[in-house]
Amino acid sequence: MRDITKVFGTVKANNKVNLDIYRGEILSLLGENGSGKTTLMNMLSGIYYPDGGEVYINGELAAIHSPKEAFGYGIGMIHQHFKLVDVFTATENIILGLKEEGKLDLKKAAEKIRQICDTYGFDIDPDQKIYNMSVSQKQTVEIVKVLYRGADILILDEPTAVLTPQETEKLFAVLRNMKAAGKTVVIITHKLHEVMAISDRVAVLRKGEFVGEMITAETNEQEMTNMMVGRVVSLNIDRPEPVDPKPRIKIENLTVKSQDGILKLDDVSFTANSGEILGIAGISGCGQKELLEAIAGLQPVENGTIKYIDNDGEADELIGKDPLQIAAMGVALSFVPEDRLGMGLVGNMDLTDNMMLRSFRKGKSVFTDRKTPKALAERVVDELEVSTSSLSTPVRKLSGGNVQKVLVGREIASAPTVLLSAYAVRGLDINSSYTIYDLLNQQKKKGVAVVYVGEDLDVLMELSDRILVLCGGKVSGIVDGRTADKNQIGLMMTKLGGGADNE
Amino acid sequence: MSKVNKEPLLHITKRKELPMKQTWMIRIGAIIAALIVCAIVTMLLTGLDPFSVFGTMIYGALGTERKAIILFKELAMLLSVALALTPAFKMKFWNLGGEGQILMGAWATALCMIYMGDKIPGFLLIIICLVAAIICGAIWAMIPAFFKAKWNTNETLFTLMMNYVAIQLVAYFIILWEVPKGSGKVGIINQTTQAGWLPYIGTNSYILVIIFVAIITAGMYIYLKYSKHGYEISVVGESQRTASYVGIKVDKVIIRTLLLSGAICGFTGWMMVSGVDHTITTTLAGGRGFLGIMVSWLAQFNVIAMVFASLLIVFLGQGAGEISTNFGLNESFADIITGIILFFIIGCEFFINYKVHVRKKSGKEEA
Repeated sequence: MRDITKVFGTVKANNKVNLDIYRGEILSLLGENGSGKTTLMNMLSGIYYPDGGEVYINGELAAIHSPKEAFGYGIGMIHQHFKLVDVFTATENIILGLKEEGKLDLKKAAEKIRQICDTYGFDIDPDQKIYNMSVSQKQTVEIVKVLYRGADILILDEPTAVLTPQETEKLFAVLRNMKAAGKTVVIITHKLHEVMAISDRVAVLRKGEFVGEMITAETNEQEMTNMMVGRVVSLNIDRPEPVDPKPRIKIENLTVKSQDGILKLDDVSFTANSGEILGIAGISGCGQKELLEAIAGLQPVENGTIKYIDNDGEADELIGKDPLQIAAMGVALSFVPEDRLGMGLVGNMDLTDNMMLRSFRKGKSVFTDRKTPKALAERVVDELEVSTSSLSTPVRKLSGGNVQKVLVGREIASAPTVLLSAYAVRGLDINSSYTIYDLLNQQKKKGVAVVYVGEDLDVLMELSDRILVLCGGKVSGIVDGRTADKNQIGLMMTKLGGGADNE
Repeated sequence: MSKVNKEPLLHITKRKELPMKQTWMIRIGAIIAALIVCAIVTMLLTGLDPFSVFGTMIYGALGTERKAIILFKELAMLLSVALALTPAFKMKFWNLGGEGQILMGAWATALCMIYMGDKIPGFLLIIICLVAAIICGAIWAMIPAFFKAKWNTNETLFTLMMNYVAIQLVAYFIILWEVPKGSGKVGIINQTTQAGWLPYIGTNSYILVIIFVAIITAGMYIYLKYSKHGYEISVVGESQRTASYVGIKVDKVIIRTLLLSGAICGFTGWMMVSGVDHTITTTLAGGRGFLGIMVSWLAQFNVIAMVFASLLIVFLGQGAGEISTNFGLNESFADIITGIILFFIIGCEFFINYKVHVRKKSGKEEA
């Protein structure tokens, strides 16, 4: 790829990027969020067309207008969000959209799929329906789909984001098999230890520009981080000792069903203490969202109790109350939800109006007071170093990290005693992530009970005092963050209690 | 698998926000382009001098004092409906039932005028009519809102269907009230006593109607922009999840907002019967319930812009009507002219939001 440029509006997503991909290698494409990794690869796989520059494949100039043409060049991409039809089987999904000669022969297709699976060591049943599959199986279907179409160059966009450590290992084994079979693999990631584990070479992008490439074996995590961020950063997360931990939220036998009657939380019991960070680990969709929303008064509960214990040791029941009633009880509960722009903030409103969300009811006047929230917005922008052109910029125009700073800033402004956060650093670059960790630690030092739902086990283990592991809506166990073992947590995520699992 | 080495010719990208001045330049350019196309079409189809056609159009809309007053009355009526629909639209509740809500307001007014016309003193009767109209309009909007809030039914279909219920209901009462029997028309209600009629200023009540709508316009502007209710409406419209997350009761806001929306539609119906037409027909609303949707969208829910959007539509309507009568053309010709102008005005928004590049062979591009 030569001088590739792609512009979205005023943003240069890629600026004169040069990248070489060699046959039969595993290349890691590393960069912070918004550095243009996915955009670059989307141009290779025909989703976007570059505004400038040329792509050469095997030395020949190529113009790729569509994913179909990309397949013509042997390029296939596995996206972060799967594109599968739930009610179809694996085979049906794989052959979907293919125009083959003759009549549809599902049996023959299934046979070919089995063959591919055997060659590379995949483990899926071609006749299984997608909705019965786990996330990692769905991902496998996506990879097989690309191979079935004869791709020689596979691009995987953050494939491990949704996998447990064990599943990641399995995926990497498959990728190594593919490499051995002469396929080229490009893996987009921002997890450094994965780069070290899997790739031969690593190419680094920063702010849409290519900053360098290295042989993986000749570099280390610190050097890669520095290239990614553009300066030297420390990679350690602080973990101050808990301050006078006292039970703050006590949950017993909590059972929650979704609207369709599916059991989401099953007999969950635990206590969150003041002055500590309780990490919550689990494969995504294991009831984390429901748990936090139940505490925040947003989720109807089937059974169980959620008690809020104030400083004097008096307990109040939170179940059956909506957020307003909870606030009226004097419970200062803050919630940083997973869906920042869809739930925590209003994307089309400006910073001031978003600050008002929590406080606009104050006062008897029928009119809104915009002075106080404006002052708060100014303070948050100032203290958390939010980069925005003005206070009247709609928050959806801010970058992910700045959006999160605005949201967290508002939530901690109300001096909470309980702070719930879901995937607080998802999609954030390294700098913003560390700002958020710092903020959480500050709250912890103030005696706030912090609940941190996370997906990166390394971070969970460095940040949390205790880690609660959820598995299929049940508590699989609670471990001490300081002594926890990553493999143990991984096992607990996939199997209750993490007992003997001989996969 | 084709391997044609050809770059796509046209290439569309989203623009960054343009400065105000430039967006208005594009809009004015669009109107000029629309007029030129209209002129060409006029010459080709009718052989008439386009300038005299445009002149007639302006004359038709503003030519005499009476024409101007009618223009502003029409503007007020349309604007009133657009204002009524706007809070619902801002909440992303697609109230397509304006027509029915207006009709119910008109029906309630007619009902009170007919049955209480000789029993209650004039001023009090006007107030009773007004209250009844507001209540009926509000109820007509509240029914679908209630179902939406409780069971998440589709409001587009529901409000639309409520229009037909209202039309049938009014049709029934017209037969009941018809004067003289068998005419199928209600005729002017209380023609001799003028009971329940809005007081005249000059030879009609149009000025009063215009004043009422001006007050509603100012009120709606303040309500949406500065009140807590207005803020809640925006939050619910943008994201219901955010709204419940911060403790806004979404059901309550939906029902409350639709009560307001329906009430203003009912009020408009009252103005039509009590202030303008003094009679009731099934086509009284005259499509304003739907035209109001266009005005509200064209103005992108901005109250001030709605005044100008209504003016444009009413102006085109009145002016085009004059063309067809004056030049003895088919009425459809007026529609063609209106259509061309609206096409350009709405179409230019595309060029405000997007940029089209044409690729040259060298790979360089031009804006």
